[in-house]
Amino acid sequence: MNDAVADAGDLSAAASTGRSQRSRVAQILMWVALIAAVVVAPFFLYPVFVMQILCFALFACAFNLLIGFTGLLSFGHAAFFGGAAYVAGHVIKVWGLSPLAGILVGALAAAVLGYLIGALAIRRQGIYFAMITLALAQIVYFFALQLPFTGGENGLQGIPRGHLFGIIDLSQPMAMYCFVAAIFLIGFLIIYRTVHSPFGQVLQAIRENEPRALSLGYNIDRFKLMAFVLSATLSGVAGGTKAVVFQFASLTDVHWQTSGEVILMTLLGGMGTIFGPAVGAVTIVTLQHELSFMGSWVQVVIGAIFILCVLLFRRGIVGEIGRMLRVTSV
Amino acid sequence: MDVNIKLILAQAMLGLNNGVFYAMLSLGLAIIFGLLNVINFAHGALYMTGAFVALILYSFLGVWLGMEWLHIGFWPALIIAPLVVGSFGMLIERLLLRWLYRYDPIYSLLLTFGVALVLQGIFINYFNVSGTPYPGQPESLRGVVNLGFMVFPKFRLFAIVFSVIVCFAVWFVIERTRIGSVLRAGTEKPELVQAFGINVPLMVTLTFGFGTGLAGLAGVLAAPIYSVSPLMGADLIIVVFAVVVIGGMGSILGAVVSGLALGLIEGMTKVFYAPAASTVIFFLMVVVLLVRPAGLFGRQS
Amino acid sequence: MNAPAEDYLRISDLHAWYGESHVLHGIDVTLGKGEIITLLGRNGAGRTTTLRSIMGMVDRRSGSIQIDGEEMINMPAHRIAPRGLIGYCPEERGIFATLNAEENLLLPPALSSGGMSLDEIYDMFPNLLEARRRMGTSLSGGEQQMLAIARILRTGARLLLLDEITEGLAPVIVKTLDTVTRRLKEKGFTIVLVEQNFRFAAPLADRHYVIEHGRVVDCFEADQVEANMDRLNHYLSV
Repeated sequence: MNDAVADAGDLSAAASTGRSQRSRVAQILMWVALIAAVVVAPFFLYPVFVMQILCFALFACAFNLLIGFTGLLSFGHAAFFGGAAYVAGHVIKVWGLSPLAGILVGALAAAVLGYLIGALAIRRQGIYFAMITLALAQIVYFFALQLPFTGGENGLQGIPRGHLFGIIDLSQPMAMYCFVAAIFLIGFLIIYRTVHSPFGQVLQAIRENEPRALSLGYNIDRFKLMAFVLSATLSGVAGGTKAVVFQFASLTDVHWQTSGEVILMTLLGGMGTIFGPAVGAVTIVTLQHELSFMGSWVQVVIGAIFILCVLLFRRGIVGEIGRMLRVTSV
Repeated sequence: MDVNIKLILAQAMLGLNNGVFYAMLSLGLAIIFGLLNVINFAHGALYMTGAFVALILYSFLGVWLGMEWLHIGFWPALIIAPLVVGSFGMLIERLLLRWLYRYDPIYSLLLTFGVALVLQGIFINYFNVSGTPYPGQPESLRGVVNLGFMVFPKFRLFAIVFSVIVCFAVWFVIERTRIGSVLRAGTEKPELVQAFGINVPLMVTLTFGFGTGLAGLAGVLAAPIYSVSPLMGADLIIVVFAVVVIGGMGSILGAVVSGLALGLIEGMTKVFYAPAASTVIFFLMVVVLLVRPAGLFGRQS
Repeated sequence: MNAPAEDYLRISDLHAWYGESHVLHGIDVTLGKGEIITLLGRNGAGRTTTLRSIMGMVDRRSGSIQIDGEEMINMPAHRIAPRGLIGYCPEERGIFATLNAEENLLLPPALSSGGMSLDEIYDMFPNLLEARRRMGTSLSGGEQQMLAIARILRTGARLLLLDEITEGLAPVIVKTLDTVTRRLKEKGFTIVLVEQNFRFAAPLADRHYVIEHGRVVDCFEADQVEANMDRLNHYLSV
């Protein structure tokens, strides 16, 4: 995680102005590519498949806010993704809320959950933080298994897509697609703005050198907790949206393997890069789709990618390309 | 009232039975963490592998070799499986983990997570996910013993006694012998120990092999009790992580005692409010984090 | 001084790195069998790193380190002490907190048959006998320092690398250390002292090397010290 930071430290001032200009151009190009991809994709691929990618891309970007920009490895993010999926599904199906309101309620639930889990987990650091988030997320998993409204092993099925603002029929694939694309782009923009805000700068200062950030007088725990809640909330948006797209929420959504997958997407795309997690999500979701004929060997492939990424490819796809093009922030 | 006490004692015994597995696994994790500063996510998968080695030795190896009469039983498995799993652990350390010591320990955690997925995926492909019974339980440990308050399966009693003996033997070796003092010194200041002429990289490999071997041993003991399933390690490792957070990584004895105690508590919870049994350890972790974040036996930093 | 019989330790053009930072820029030091030298200089000049480089405790090193004619520069760290018969006493003493005093004492493996026995050691350091069951870090600073020296005398090392052994200790203990070091010299040990306390080091050493910015900038024989006091003070003043 610190490789990129160390690299950035070696630069002379002159080189860094050149680099920051190049970075700006690269960022504009990436934005154009991203929006173009979102607009064009449904004409070439199944809209549901692209929507799945968008949900996981938003999930991975939200996760990256923690690991990439704050330096906290959460191993329990499925709790927010899946928890929000169940809550959104329930309020839409049983309470009859509109899909947008349902997703927002799901995100709110994820925020509350994020506050509770985050407040406990930040009491320890590093590897303990990872173990604690994993264990706390397991509580959410058992609740999803045991509570009456979740449908236990079968999951919560038959969530209606309903009408957006009471008029737009979301059972139409393209209408649903535009809704999901809008949610993704808004979520992505929020993350982008956060990273570049003064708040985001403090988070990165914490990642790079926690004692120094502390000595500068920042209330580190408060910043970590705020980042955690924001990350959980946006993961909840992704999870709620996913529940509306697929019309169900299941135990898979809250399982630790989903927490592992979002880590892999972020790692593969590039931790601490802006566009990397989205690239990672596209890669992993596509891979799972293309390799589905392999059955449970997919898990072996995923595990092997994990091992290779950690050993050889710690900057990830976007991070590695950025380094080759000598661009610092993409 | 009388019935209740019997029920509580019975659940306590079953809880203790789970507790010895928590203790053996958290002991291995703590030893590895001490010297390598690595949390081995593959520990659960290696425990599962240990159980499968025992199952394969008894039920499959003979068939594969075309010698249907060959069933390698429980006692040989108790020695072979830890050796197989420990050797595999040493390979992981030598070939993979070794390259990551200079980076953030998070990368080692992710690497071992990948190893766990690979192992689990491989076994899922060849074996039934819902479990295969292990038929190789030795004749001498079949049947039940009367403990006064309940009749208890002989094998489970053996597993409890044997594991407790193993845990305390490991504690004794680490705290009271020459090998243990080298290990403790290596945990504190590996560079200096190396400068005294001790081969620390070799010690690291052997320690990782020993810790994972303990997981393999626990797997063999678990095979006749639970059915042998590719997923048996995955859920267990998360509970063991909670045990480790509760106990703190600082002490060997702490890992063993908290493992046993939490197994007991989990068993008792079944008596009073069964649905909470699967989460009680996680909630206890929450309480410990609120009251004593470093863990019960951990050093406050 | 007698002319040194043969070089026991010969360091030439030694460079060392911690990560990317280049710490030593070409150290040259030679030391005959039975001699005592000091490495003088300010904090951060590279004296401790020189000792750590000899022991292989840096990330990367280049140049040449010969001990008794054998090249050690490419040797893995755990082979250096046994091959060179080196006893290393690190700065901050390196006492293990989770080991008791006797376990600390017995930790370093024997390197040759010439080491002191436990009885001889308890004879030389009577305090350690009483303290032998106490945990390492519950010992006083002086006791810890005695322990750190005692444990390398047990191993049969012939070359001792002693880093700041007088630092932070009361004058009475410094006096004991002076006696100990003299006895070691009489016993024929070859010793490298890294010292801040020049008054302790001056009467013991045969030669003084001054290190600045990772290089040897000056070298005095013991009998030249009087005449060059001004230059020495200049090097060592803060």
